[in-house]
Amino acid sequence: MTKEFTLAIDRIKCDGRGLCAELLPELIRLDDWGYPILASGPIPELLLPLAQRAVEDCPVLAIALRRQQFTK
Amino acid sequence: MSNALLWYTTRGAGAVTLVLLSSVVVLGILSTQRFQGQGWPRFLTTGLHRNLALMTLVFLALHIVTAVVDPFTNLGWAAAIIPFSSSYRTIWLGLGVIALELLLAIVVTSLVRGFLGHRPWRAIHWLTYAAWPVGVVHGLGTGTDAWSAWMLAITAACVAGVGFASVLRLTSGSPDPLASARATFRAAVDRREVR
Amino acid sequence: MTRLLGTPDALSPLPNVGSGLIDAIERSRLVGRGGAGFSVATKWRAVAERSRGDAVIVVNGAEGEPQSKKDRVLMTTRPHLILDGAFLATRVLRARRVVLYIGERHGEARDAMLRALAQRPESERNLVTTAAAPSRYVAGAESAAIHFLNDGVATPTTVPPYPFERGVDGAPTLVQNVETLAHIALVARGGTASTTLVTLAGALKRPGVLEVELGSSIGEAVRQAGGLTEQARAVLLGGYFGSWLEPEAAWTLPLDHGRRLGCGVIGILPASRCPVCETAGIMRYLAGESSAQCGPCFFGLRALADACTRISEGNPNLDDLTHLRRWATEVRGRGACRHPDGAAMFLSSALSVFEREFANHTVHALRRTA
Repeated sequence: MTKEFTLAIDRIKCDGRGLCAELLPELIRLDDWGYPILASGPIPELLLPLAQRAVEDCPVLAIALRRQQFTK
Repeated sequence: MSNALLWYTTRGAGAVTLVLLSSVVVLGILSTQRFQGQGWPRFLTTGLHRNLALMTLVFLALHIVTAVVDPFTNLGWAAAIIPFSSSYRTIWLGLGVIALELLLAIVVTSLVRGFLGHRPWRAIHWLTYAAWPVGVVHGLGTGTDAWSAWMLAITAACVAGVGFASVLRLTSGSPDPLASARATFRAAVDRREVR
Repeated sequence: MTRLLGTPDALSPLPNVGSGLIDAIERSRLVGRGGAGFSVATKWRAVAERSRGDAVIVVNGAEGEPQSKKDRVLMTTRPHLILDGAFLATRVLRARRVVLYIGERHGEARDAMLRALAQRPESERNLVTTAAAPSRYVAGAESAAIHFLNDGVATPTTVPPYPFERGVDGAPTLVQNVETLAHIALVARGGTASTTLVTLAGALKRPGVLEVELGSSIGEAVRQAGGLTEQARAVLLGGYFGSWLEPEAAWTLPLDHGRRLGCGVIGILPASRCPVCETAGIMRYLAGESSAQCGPCFFGLRALADACTRISEGNPNLDDLTHLRRWATEVRGRGACRHPDGAAMFLSSALSVFEREFANHTVHALRRTA
């Protein structure tokens, strides 16, 4: 069993502050109004620490890591 | 000799605490304004705000410990925790204790923000606007060299910085671009008085 | 064959059913008639698993889709059948509360439902409260209904938590469209859920609500509505949350909830109306109905509506068409509810079916300014 994580954004809490896109440009980019567009799929293991930082740094706690378990 | 060292450390650490705390408040305000510049990303404002806040606590601890153990002041540990319980400069020291406790509440809630949730965390964070001025007044009242030129200059700079940033905060309106549209729609589907 | 419309409504004893009703619903392959088309049996099982005798049944008669009339017609003509479905749900899901969530402007429907309710046995009446749903588009969404009943504000909320986990009063909640509940009442008495209600609107001789057999074609429904009053340019299937179809493709298309029937609105756009202007008007409406809680929806739909309007008025920006395609894709899935998704799919279908008209509006405008 491998544990994989994805990013999940609470779209009502999200304010378009943009810190997540600064910290994780590989997975998050901003639309024309500053709101995040997430890349789909699990977070590459290398980027997990940055993803964790994005979760902690979000001023409104709108982004979270969601666990997904896959049986291999 | 060591008494003098303790005394100077207390005053010096107090001054540094004031400068650091003022920077932290300014950085906090900047982050609500979504400040960013060339080579200054938003997460830098947030990161500095957090790190300087922790550093503020370190110097604050130094300031308090050296003050309490200093035989000249005759303070017990109780005086550092219970406001207005010292006989030495009762009121001014008491204010310092209040500032300390407000800051502790702010920092502790920030450390457990994930568990606490955004709204309660934010409510307590507003106490910053009480903690900072109380700390400034404590410094002006207790500090032996509060009225020396260099301390006055530092205090003035801190007050100017935080004052300017606060005015910015007050005059800029909601940082949320959806605030007014959301409120309008909510009003249209709100039936709370009728129910 | 049991039908919803055309049969007189009457108070009759509820059939004696238990959890076996869920199996019967599953065999009938009944899906929700509110627009999402979700399997009813699956929804019921989810609530049944979690109910500890505290479940809540929300009878959704909000009908916020402007062109849809079927729920109102059903509430006015078959209130007892709907209530039968609601109280069957109460029994099977062990609910202790039923809420009639009826659109605040649907006075006749509400009166009919309340009159019927007054005739029911006391044990049923005591469970029921009524709430007037605000007449906004998103107020009929599940999470908005639950939010309204909990806090008095009909804005959608972030999901999870799902209604079957934590809904009204924090209890497992079933939000079910009135037509769906009526079908359940028929299934419980041995019927099949083989019909559906549609609202026919636009260039027809006799627009209005019809009951059609699932699998029958749009063409047959149009014939039942007296046929066209003029040549059709396109058919809008599913209301503002649906998609445009070319007439030739539409006439033979079977009406089936697996094929984007949505809330059952079938709109016939006459050839005399400009499809670009029509699309722009609907996009403006949908943008205005955003609850403004999520940036991508509020700003995205507004930008889409503005660009459509510019194109329809003949003074588009150079990149408006490109933007329309990009924004419509980008806005999907980035709101807390499905409102931006519906609007984006509506627009994408318009860009596809009316490709020629959109292009012409732009070309003519640019030629004029050149």
